[in-house]
Parts: sequence; structure tokens; C-alpha cells
Amino acid sequence: MRKEVRLSGSGGQGLILAGIILAEAVIHDGHEVVQTQSYGPEARGGASRAEVIIADEAIDYPKVGTPDVVLVMSQEACNKYARQVKPGGMVVVDETNVKTVPDVEEARVVRLPITDIARHEAGRQVTANMVALGALVGIAGLATPEAAERAVRERVPKGTEDLNLKAFRLGMKRAREALGAT
Amino acid sequence: MLSKAGTRLMQGNEACAEGAIAAGLRFFAGYPITPSTEIAEELALLLPKVGGKFIQMEDEIASISAIIGASLAGAKSMTATSGPGFSLKQEGIGFASYTEVPCVIVNVQRVGPSTGVPTAPAQGDVMQARWGTHGDHPIIVLCPSSVAETFTLIIEAFNISERWRIPVIFLMDEVVAHMREKVVVPDVSQIKLVERPRPQVAPDQYLPYAAGEDLVPPMADFGSGYRYHVTGLTHDQTGFPTTKAPEVGALARRLDAKMKRAAPHVTFVDELLVDDAEVAIFAYGVTARAAAKAVRDARAQGLKAGLIKAKTLWPFPSEHVRRVAERARAIVVPEMNMGQLVLEVERASAGRAKVAGLSRVDAEPITPDEILARLREV
Amino acid sequence: MAMPVTHYLRTSKMPHIWCAGCGHGIVLGAVLRAIDSLGLDKDEVCVVSGIGCASRAPGYLDFNTLHTTHGRAIAFATGIKMAKPELKVIVLTGDGDAAAIGGNHLIHAARRNIGITTVCFNNSIYGMTSGQYSPMTPTGSLASTAPYGNIEEPFDLCDLVYAAGASYVARGTAYHALLLSKLIAKAIATEGFSFVEAITQCPTYYGRRNNMRSAVDMLKWQKEHAVPVAAAAKMSAEELVGKFRIGELGTRTRPEYTRRYAAVIETAQKEEAEQDA
Repeated sequence: MRKEVRLSGSGGQGLILAGIILAEAVIHDGHEVVQTQSYGPEARGGASRAEVIIADEAIDYPKVGTPDVVLVMSQEACNKYARQVKPGGMVVVDETNVKTVPDVEEARVVRLPITDIARHEAGRQVTANMVALGALVGIAGLATPEAAERAVRERVPKGTEDLNLKAFRLGMKRAREALGAT
Repeated sequence: MLSKAGTRLMQGNEACAEGAIAAGLRFFAGYPITPSTEIAEELALLLPKVGGKFIQMEDEIASISAIIGASLAGAKSMTATSGPGFSLKQEGIGFASYTEVPCVIVNVQRVGPSTGVPTAPAQGDVMQARWGTHGDHPIIVLCPSSVAETFTLIIEAFNISERWRIPVIFLMDEVVAHMREKVVVPDVSQIKLVERPRPQVAPDQYLPYAAGEDLVPPMADFGSGYRYHVTGLTHDQTGFPTTKAPEVGALARRLDAKMKRAAPHVTFVDELLVDDAEVAIFAYGVTARAAAKAVRDARAQGLKAGLIKAKTLWPFPSEHVRRVAERARAIVVPEMNMGQLVLEVERASAGRAKVAGLSRVDAEPITPDEILARLREV
Repeated sequence: MAMPVTHYLRTSKMPHIWCAGCGHGIVLGAVLRAIDSLGLDKDEVCVVSGIGCASRAPGYLDFNTLHTTHGRAIAFATGIKMAKPELKVIVLTGDGDAAAIGGNHLIHAARRNIGITTVCFNNSIYGMTSGQYSPMTPTGSLASTAPYGNIEEPFDLCDLVYAAGASYVARGTAYHALLLSKLIAKAIATEGFSFVEAITQCPTYYGRRNNMRSAVDMLKWQKEHAVPVAAAAKMSAEELVGKFRIGELGTRTRPEYTRRYAAVIETAQKEEAEQDA
């Protein structure tokens, strides 16, 4: 098993943290993992990208080639990365920020108003990354929910655990509902 | 919080910092530079917790100078930088090599020369790490290819530097430095630490640069009662300057012989499926991981490929290369530079196998497919 | 006359490399008398230098001694002081070493106020390389690299170092050797960064080119141009043109760097203990 995941959007959306938490959840599950990210000017304000590779055995090449799962949280990221998904893979789209999704052949597209869910249901827009993480864990089978919740609790700032877990669970639930509807 | 034994996700730079502390690092001086800065940040946080000291110096040269001073006063010392800073540190590295002061210099390589691409990987400093300072000098260069290996290899870096009194260059690349992977942090009691050889004689008998059978002179800490002189001038056994031909030559030859004596103890190489390999790859750093994938892909397609993964770049593992060259038809050397260690592989192969380089210098790591294609060509 | 201080010398390393008439021996004598007056143990003193004539001094001294790279003595000394704050760390440097190539380390050590004493042997010239102008060469002076006269203005090193934050700054001369010794003793006794500029003579490469043929001419020049700070306070700016002040030029009390770092260690270890609990 080797799964490649790309989380993309814009700087400030907390995608690198989401990638780190996902990677930590994978370790809790007992699998191998590599997490990388794009650096430099493009990571500041502009496009931001975190990548996670999950595998059963040691991971040789640590860079993502053709991702199995792509999260897009900005129109720019969607335009750039949605079509790079592997056939049979999955694209999770934040409908709040992405209005048009290019044709993605042979991959499943799951639309979810991630940022709106964070803002209105979880209570803070800043938790959009946790909503997104919940969605990925809920429908892409990247980590067990238990491991992910533990990773969230351990990594987010003290005092914000409940808020972030709420957002994570909302993401998981709403993504499962959305997947059922597609 | 300080690392406890157990399994953790760690960034490469973080593993470098925490491994160094586990190795006994107690003094770090540095200057911020991408992509090594996380090492300094981590050590600023962690070193005081173990009673160690961190200082952000005014520049790169001050940093290498300060760690040499601290090492002379008895503290295991390290600095970390990237290409531009590494260039600035070269005079200090030569000083440490000539005066035999243990220290570790981390260089997280980025695209160069000059400012280059600060946030992107390269392997362009391999020759500089060996020959960057002026004059013949002993130096050891280690190069990790994963986060877990960074943790264990930086411990070796300290042990080697202390044991042989040779500065160790820890040559990382931006990919290994910034990615996060699983590290199994061992219990502190499980980590074998090596200390520099200490004088076994009374202070008035102490000759600071008189070496015994292993060619490594015992080293006293400043302030420990052994008053002695350390100079970057060519010195005799007493540590004082000399310009006498026999003494000048004797120092150069002892340092060279010391390096050769150390070589078998400091050469770390992992071999993957080389025994029956028709074609082999010689790789290091993150490139070795693409190479490992290429080996497996090649084997799946019926091509008997193998990998020499060098964790020690200098002294160059010539013997490993020679052995593989005797059996393999060709050796491919993928590097994120225009071809540096490929020349060493050619030298070590001495015509036994065809040697083919593979360069990538566009700020992107070499992929398994590129290496596979090269394996098929040769 | 002060007591001889030969017990601090590695006499077996003599004769020294300095030219006849060079003032460096006088300045070094002042340093040793200062150490002697403070009753320091040889093992607790660490003397660090860079490159240049003055920087050869540590080789002749029976302490922990370190002769480093050009300009970097203070940076090496910073590492030593951090690793072993209990050591008395003294940097012996020249005007080229301290004010040109090592200028950055000088001002930053002063800014940090780390407990290092720096004595700058200022002979206004690069002597070791035979007479090029330094940042301390007076305007108009001749040097091998200023054959038409130096068009640069020298630093006031003491003002510079004091402005950067040093705890103690003073200036003396080889001519006023006893005063110099007292100033250096006070510098070493200072907890933070201390700096003494010692005006000294290089008859070989500065004097001969600049109408002072002998060491005596140059010592006379020092005598005639030095103004004690108390006297200078009563003089007008015009009267002080071409003169320089000697004595204590600045003292202040600021927290010393390694002490501050000891507090950092305490805080970090307390936090760690709390996290463990």
C-alpha cells in the first residue's frame, strides 16, 4: 500500500499543520509516512502545499508523483492540482473557495463547503484545516479517526483542543454525507 | 519539550538538533540561514534545558569561531548553515582541522552558487565540503538520506569528531532537512557516546600535539590546569609555532596519516542488492532514495540493479565502489549537481565498470524514473 | 617601578618577534602587571588573539592561550566564555585585527556585554605585513598602501565600543605604562565587556614613514598628544584638535551576558520540569 496525498490551497489556511497532523495520525496507526511541503515565496500568502505519503513499508522516494487524494482549498490550487490526481483517486474540493472544478476524469470529486462549515458550524474560520482533515480521514481512509483525533489533540495549541476536534468531527461527518450523496 | 524515547514524527532539521543533543552537544553558535534555520531555532529552545548554551552570533564566521572556542573549553560544539554561510566558514574549518579541535558543521545544501535558490535542494557542496578550506587537511563528511538517519548519523558525527579530533561536516540537503518522517528515538542510556582522548600525564609533562599510536594527540580543556598554546600557525608537538621544514612536514603527514587511520572507522555505506548487480547506482542524500526506488523498479522489470548508498562522502568509500565495479557493467551516479562525486566513482572504478553521471540542477530532486531511464541506457 | 612579572612569561619562547623599539612589549608588560595586581591564577586566565604583531603575544604567556584567525579572536573568546564563564578571558588584538577585519565582532561583543576584556594594541598600522594603512591610521599619514597620504578618517575606537554598549572603556599609551596597567586591571575586574585601547609605537613601519624616526620620537609624540580625561574636560574643542584623551572614558553597569544566559537556563529547566510534572 502506498497512498500519496496533496493538500493545497493558499497560505494561512493551515494546510501544513493539517499535513503534519495527518502524518502523526499515520504513525499512531503504525504505518510509514513522509510529510513534505512547498517552501518559499509561494508559501507566503500565495499558493501553499503540503504532501503526505502513507505506506506499509519504508518509503524510498519521498516526493509525491501522482497523488491518490488531492484536497483543493482555493481556486488557484484547484486549477493547478485537481487534474493531477491519479485515475481512481479522489479530489476533495472546498466549495466555499472553489467555484469551478475542471473536468477530472476517472476520479471522484467530493464537494464540501469546508470554510463555511468551519466559520458557521465549528464557530471559527481558522479551523477550516481541521474540517478538511476530518473530511480526508472520513472518506479517503488515510488514517483511523481515533489516531487522527489523538494527533489533533497533541498538536493544536493548548486550550483549542475541543474547538479543533469539533471541526475535525464536523468535517468527517459532512464528508461522509457528501460522499453518500455523490 | 525534550525528546523522550519513543516513536515521533520529526522534521529533518529537528532530528539533527535533537540527535546532536543526544550526542552530547552543549554549545551551538549559528546565524540564521535558509534552509538550516530550524536547527538553530530548535537548539535555542532545547539546549538550555540540558544546561547547554545557544548563541546567535553576528555572522557566519563568528559562529564557526565561537564553536571552536567552546570546544577548546570542553563543550561538544556545533554550528549549522547553508551554502553561502558554509563558504564563509571555510577559514575557521581549516583552523579546526589544523588545530585538531572537535566540532560539527552542518551544511543544509541549497541551490547555488551565491544566493541561488534558498528553499530548494541541491548537492553542489560535496567538493567544497572536502576541499573548501586552503591547504591539505583532514576532514570527514557525512550525509544522511532520511530523517531517522539524520538522528543516528549526527550522533556518529560527534563521536567521530571527538574520537579523531577532526571536524565533521554534516552535509544535508533541503529535502531531508524539511521533510517529516518517523523517528524512533532511543533511550538515552542506549546511545553510545565517545569522548575526546584526554591527557594521561601531569600538566608539566603534557605535549598538546604529541600523538600516540593512533596518531590522535590527547586534548586538555582550557581551564583544566593544562596550560598550553593553540595556534593556527604550523606548530610542533609542543603546540608552538615552527617553520622548520622537518616539523612542518611532520605535522602535514601526521594529519594525513590520522585521516587514513580513521577512514575504516568512519566510512558508512549501505548496499542494496549489489552482489549480483549488472548495473549499480552510487548515490547519497535524498537522491539515494530515488535510487533505491529505481533499483526496485528495475528489478521488477528484470534488470538486475543495485545501490551503493554512501553515508560517508569523505573519506570517499573507494573500496566499496571498486568491489562493485568488478562485477557490474556500469555504475550510474545521480547527483543534484553538474557531476562531483561521479569523478571519484570513476577514479575508484579505475576502468572496471563504465561510469555514467546523471545531473539535475533545476532545484528539483532527481526522480526514480530518471534514474531508471539512465540505468537502461548504460 | 612595578614588580617584574616574568613568572607569567614562557621565557623559553623568547626572543619575541617584535622589532627593536616596538611598543608592544611595554603594553604586554602592562597587561601582565594588571593580571598580577589582581592576583589571578594562571589556570583561570585564557588569552586569545587574532592575527598581527600584537596577536603573537599569547605565545609568550603562561596561561591558556589561543592564537586564532585574523579578526576573529573575540568570536573565539565568546565561545570560550560561554562554555566556561568562570575563566577570565582576555583578548589581545591590534588595530587592524580589531577595527577592520574584526570590527563586527568587537561591536557585537560590546553590545552583548559579554565578560571579555579586549586590549587593542593600536600602532596605527599593519606591522606584520609591513606597513599598510589601518582604520586607525591618522588622516594624511603615509603608508605602503597610502603612498600619497591616507585619505580616510580613523575611528575613535573607544567611542565606538562604548556606544555599542561596553561596560568599561579606557585609553592609555605605551608612554603612560603605569596608567595603562591600572586601566587594564580595572577592565579585567569589570564584569561585562571591557575595552582598553593602548596607543603604541611602530617605529619600523609607521614612524619611519611619518617623520618619527625612532621609538623615542614616537613615545614623545604620545606624551605630547595625550590629554588626561580630567584635563580634557576643561579644554575647548579647538584646544583638543589633534590630541587624544587618556584614562577612563566610559563606565556603566549592565547585566553581563553569560549571567543572563544562566538565567535562561534556569527558566528553561523550570519549564521543562513543569512539563514533566
